Amino acid sequence: MAVREQVISTAQAKVADTSPRRRANWGVTGRYIAVIVVLFIALAPFYWTAITSIKIDSEINTSPPTLFPQSFTTQNYTNAFASTQPAFAKDLLNSTIVAILTTILALIFGSIAAYAIARSKFLGKGLVLAIVLSVQMFPLIALVGPLYVFFTGTINVYNTYVALIIPYLVIALPVTVYFLTSFFRDLPPDLEEAALVDGTTRLGALWRIVLPLTAPGVFTTAILSFITVWNDFLFGLTMTADSSAQTVTVAIPLFNGEHQIAFGEVAAAAIIVTIPLVIMVLFLQRRIVSGLTAGAVKG
Amino acid sequence: MATTTQATAMPKQKISLRERLDLGSGLLPYYLVAPTIIIIALVAVYPIIDSIRLSLLDNPLIASGATFVGLRNYIQVLGDPAFKSSVGITITFSVVSVALEALVGFGVALLMNQMFPGRGLVRTAILIPFAFPTIVSGQIWLLMFNAQNGVLTYLMQAAHLLAPGDSLLRTPNGLVTASIIIDVWKTTPFMALLLLAGLQVIPNELYEAAGVDGSSRWQQFWTITLPMLRNALLIALMFRLLDALRAFDLFYILTGGGREVQTMALYSYANMFQGTTFDFAPGVAAAVILFIICAVVSIIIVTTTRLSQN
Repeated sequence: MAVREQVISTAQAKVADTSPRRRANWGVTGRYIAVIVVLFIALAPFYWTAITSIKIDSEINTSPPTLFPQSFTTQNYTNAFASTQPAFAKDLLNSTIVAILTTILALIFGSIAAYAIARSKFLGKGLVLAIVLSVQMFPLIALVGPLYVFFTGTINVYNTYVALIIPYLVIALPVTVYFLTSFFRDLPPDLEEAALVDGTTRLGALWRIVLPLTAPGVFTTAILSFITVWNDFLFGLTMTADSSAQTVTVAIPLFNGEHQIAFGEVAAAAIIVTIPLVIMVLFLQRRIVSGLTAGAVKG
Repeated sequence: MATTTQATAMPKQKISLRERLDLGSGLLPYYLVAPTIIIIALVAVYPIIDSIRLSLLDNPLIASGATFVGLRNYIQVLGDPAFKSSVGITITFSVVSVALEALVGFGVALLMNQMFPGRGLVRTAILIPFAFPTIVSGQIWLLMFNAQNGVLTYLMQAAHLLAPGDSLLRTPNGLVTASIIIDVWKTTPFMALLLLAGLQVIPNELYEAAGVDGSSRWQQFWTITLPMLRNALLIALMFRLLDALRAFDLFYILTGGGREVQTMALYSYANMFQGTTFDFAPGVAAAVILFIICAVVSIIIVTTTRLSQN
């Protein structure tokens, strides 16, 4: 990864050297200061949370606040995991299970849809894409009322994983279809053509050729789908009643008690929830960026 | 290279295969997209229609059956001062934060378009806030903004921006300001990356030609960069605006689910789940109103983009 990064940025640097527009139009010092300011603003809140999570209570409450922790404790993490109100550990497990199940389903349905969109021209394709994309943007609160009535009454799945996976599919599918379509399109169709000549079915070609060859892209898509579901708060809040299905984002605000906030615990919980996401983003940033921006550039 | 050889070697085969891939298989593409479309139809499109039905009833949660009350819930919601205030807050929050994100995002995109060592690292770093759950971003900033021991509260008090013992979250205006700051922090990377992608496809020749013609950098920015970025900017603005209009998580965490400073989505939620069962249908009506506003905004932006392309 690092080596590839190096190669690519060297290549870009060479291109940049020959282009007059990119040469020295910002003062070098000014540019560095700007970069440092941007980095500082992006990361300072994360740093603050991290140090709060390892401080002891008395240090958290000192004034002026200490920028470098004077104390060190893992108690806040132990407390967060042991917390029963909210049941943080169970909620963490719920979120993980629900996000993984949703991602698997979204990949199954999304990959065959994306394959059709990427590889064939059919009447109404534009409409399909428009529907999928518009779902990604509409106000999800408008789904909450009807789904709540449906889940509590008609099919009686309120406060179970099913009540979460159903709406989560709707937020995960657009991401999945969008990204997979973009990754499938980038794969030259020659190999599938060869397989089709050999008598493979279209779905066989998808399963045996397209998916293995686009595995890094499929993996990126899975991660993004996971993050999208993991980050949801609205459905977790409205479709569950207690920790039998409650997700971890719903647990976070519950740490802020009526009068007394356990700041160290809250900070530890926030770190626990985001660490997996930070790791995923660090590993996949280049692919995420190219996937995110592909649509904007290709139109 | 391989494709060219193949194409010249067996052109007929190639065409028929292309046809088989593109059109030849009749209904297959429809079967493939059907599961996705059915899920979206059942879990997204149908509920929207069902929202309209629910919003016309007096109390959909009563088992014995609800009565049709026409537009009564809408009249009630539109006459509710709390709803009017939520509309104001939603619009202020959306317009100000998206405008700031566009400006700051543009600056960051121009910066990232420059070469400097560690550019990839910086790009990753700014992506991190974007991957956070909004509820956690809110929580993190709450740690810094709280009245008791928040570092930003301390700094603002030291700078006399706040009275001793005061915090930004105490007043509705302060809370909206805080939410705008957090939203700009969290979503500017998204804006910057979309704009950066737009910047990188502008051909250098345009700038070179303009440079030969003797135009200044400032002129080049207005005559080349901005017009060429127009569509990327419009798409980014639409995504962000629609996302801001439905803001829920951030205000929920900052207010602790309280009802003093509400967005439209939060107003809708509070009616559905925090009042009596008779507040449920007005809550759904408020969600329908929000849906209509978002639909109108997206139609306007899509039409503008189309017009500018033609």
